[in-house]
Amino acid sequence: MNIFVVGLNHKTADIDVREKLAFNGPKLEDGLQRIATIPEIKETVILSTCNRVELYTNVKNPAKAYESIKDFLSEFHSLDRNAIEKSLYTYENVTAVRHLFRVASSLDSMVVGEPQILGQLKDAFEFALRKKTTGILLNKLMKKAISVAKRVRTETKIAENAVSIGFAAVELAKKIFEDLSTKSFMLLGAGEMAELAARHLMNNGVKDVVVANRTYETGCNLAQEFNGRAVRFEEFIHEMTNTDIVICSTGAPTYVLMKEQMQKVMKERKHKPVFIIDISVPRNIDPAINDIDNVYLYDVDDLQGVVDSNKLERQKEAEKAEGIIAEEIETFQRWQSSLDAVPTIVALREKADLIKKEEIEKLLNKFPVLGEKEKSAVEYMANALVNKLIHPPTTALKEDSEDKDVLIATIKKLYGLNEKGE
Amino acid sequence: MGVLSFELALTFYFAATIIATIELFKGTKTTAKIMLLLVVFGFFLHTVSIIYRYAVAGHIPISNPHEATSFFSWCIVLLFLILEFRDKVGLLGSFIMPIIFILMLSSSMLSREIKPLSPVLQSNWFGIHTLLAFLGNAAFAMAFGVGIMYLVQEHYLKSKHPSGLFQRLPSIQSLDEINYRLITIGFPLFTLAIITGALWAESAWGSYWRWDPREVWSLITWLIYATVLHARLMSGWRGKRAAILSILGFITILIAFFGIKMLKKGLHVFL
Repeated sequence: MNIFVVGLNHKTADIDVREKLAFNGPKLEDGLQRIATIPEIKETVILSTCNRVELYTNVKNPAKAYESIKDFLSEFHSLDRNAIEKSLYTYENVTAVRHLFRVASSLDSMVVGEPQILGQLKDAFEFALRKKTTGILLNKLMKKAISVAKRVRTETKIAENAVSIGFAAVELAKKIFEDLSTKSFMLLGAGEMAELAARHLMNNGVKDVVVANRTYETGCNLAQEFNGRAVRFEEFIHEMTNTDIVICSTGAPTYVLMKEQMQKVMKERKHKPVFIIDISVPRNIDPAINDIDNVYLYDVDDLQGVVDSNKLERQKEAEKAEGIIAEEIETFQRWQSSLDAVPTIVALREKADLIKKEEIEKLLNKFPVLGEKEKSAVEYMANALVNKLIHPPTTALKEDSEDKDVLIATIKKLYGLNEKGE
Repeated sequence: MGVLSFELALTFYFAATIIATIELFKGTKTTAKIMLLLVVFGFFLHTVSIIYRYAVAGHIPISNPHEATSFFSWCIVLLFLILEFRDKVGLLGSFIMPIIFILMLSSSMLSREIKPLSPVLQSNWFGIHTLLAFLGNAAFAMAFGVGIMYLVQEHYLKSKHPSGLFQRLPSIQSLDEINYRLITIGFPLFTLAIITGALWAESAWGSYWRWDPREVWSLITWLIYATVLHARLMSGWRGKRAAILSILGFITILIAFFGIKMLKKGLHVFL
């Protein structure tokens, strides 16, 4: 039994390679079933996300399995075998366990600490479980990986800080306003990034949305999408009196909002705080506006600065996470070695033989008159008894089962088998 | 027993202040809970010491500087606990506990002798006036702490480097609202304290207002908080300016309370 991983990720392969090798939709089920027919491979889980494609397997011989997996991948995706090989990495046993734990804990992600990967791993495992392509080893490994990831998340702050501009905007908004659901929000212009940030805000409870766009019709469509209302672009300053959060990306070559205008707006809104996010390049809002009390203006660079410092924070937390993973690898290895039933079978056999020998000797000492024929009859019976008694536990130990570690421990306890050196 | 419970209360407040300081640098839910528990114990013992002195002296124990400072701290702790249990303001303890501890420490260093009440103090006005003044000032003390929290959080947001305490401090909107609420509680109490003080002065010395230093400083304090409220209601002055004014206001209170005592002049010398 060897844990063996073959895969590629955002570090080893470009998006177009990852796309070609992805197991998405019906391909996942198809792929799993095809792999199950390869005799080299006993268990498989396929993890396929937009940043990685990885095959977690339990194989007899990793080198042979690697060849068959490469064959399978090139055939399945109709790609050149050599072209695939360049992007592939492999891990065996301990390094494979470490790799999986790091993937699950989001240490191997493009954005370290992003939470989606754990859900994707859970889905991949559950799918393989349903398709019955996993067994004792991968089941335990996957469950362990999921629990390690949860431990990393609760014991470190790896997922705490926002590391995308959209999330950073929400994080800041929450420190300006007490309750986002009572706040109103204006989209000034309609860029892709602005829309994305808007969606983040709406996911966090902002309800009242106004869209002001140069082309009124585009604004209307967008407003409909957000369940908001559209106003003409010229009216946006007027709207600002009642708007708490503004995201601006108009693509205008100059400032559309000047400090003097904003001062007037602030007076009208009785100086209630306002959060303005200017993600247009070149900037559309006079940076001096940030000097006005109760106005918080962030441009793209400011947001990026927040994101960068959060990333640095995450890097520190990642080091803690590596420590946790090292610990968990040890417990997993202990479990894995307990899976090995052979020493227990041998010990059971030895113990039974010892008892048999002792009892025959005792009997023969008591009845020295017994002839050779009787002696061999007694020995024959003793052999038969011992063999029949230890046969069922021995076969149970040889079978693959989900809780083999428990079985081994139970048998050791029942028969009083203490391994030497333990 | 009075002395013992006072000293124990001081010790508990000291421990709570240390935990509150640790919380600033490395906060967890546990440190916040331990801090609160210590404050609750300290408050209980503090209450015992005040009741004890009341029983011994036979009048409300605010008749010398030691008692007055102790009672003032007690009012702040009371408000702090109410706010902490009602609103759960993150890191509030870290900004309030040091104030409480410093006040208690100075109280512990002042003379604790119980003297018979001077004739001027033997008046019904004495209890009402001092109680109102201390409760009002306690609310202003809380507003001071919250005002500092506001300025810290505002600085993080304006400087565009949200780090350190940023995550754990409340939003500036809620800090601003709490600050405002505390001033709306403190201001009427303080106003009533000035009115009852004037009435008392009239019955004791025959005139309502005599421009002694304590009276002048109280007037300045009153004007500052009146400005905060007026400007907020009329033109929506809020946030940073309100926070700065509530900090200034509390500084004038401290000057009135300790500074004038050192001058030993004026009619309020007994306090």
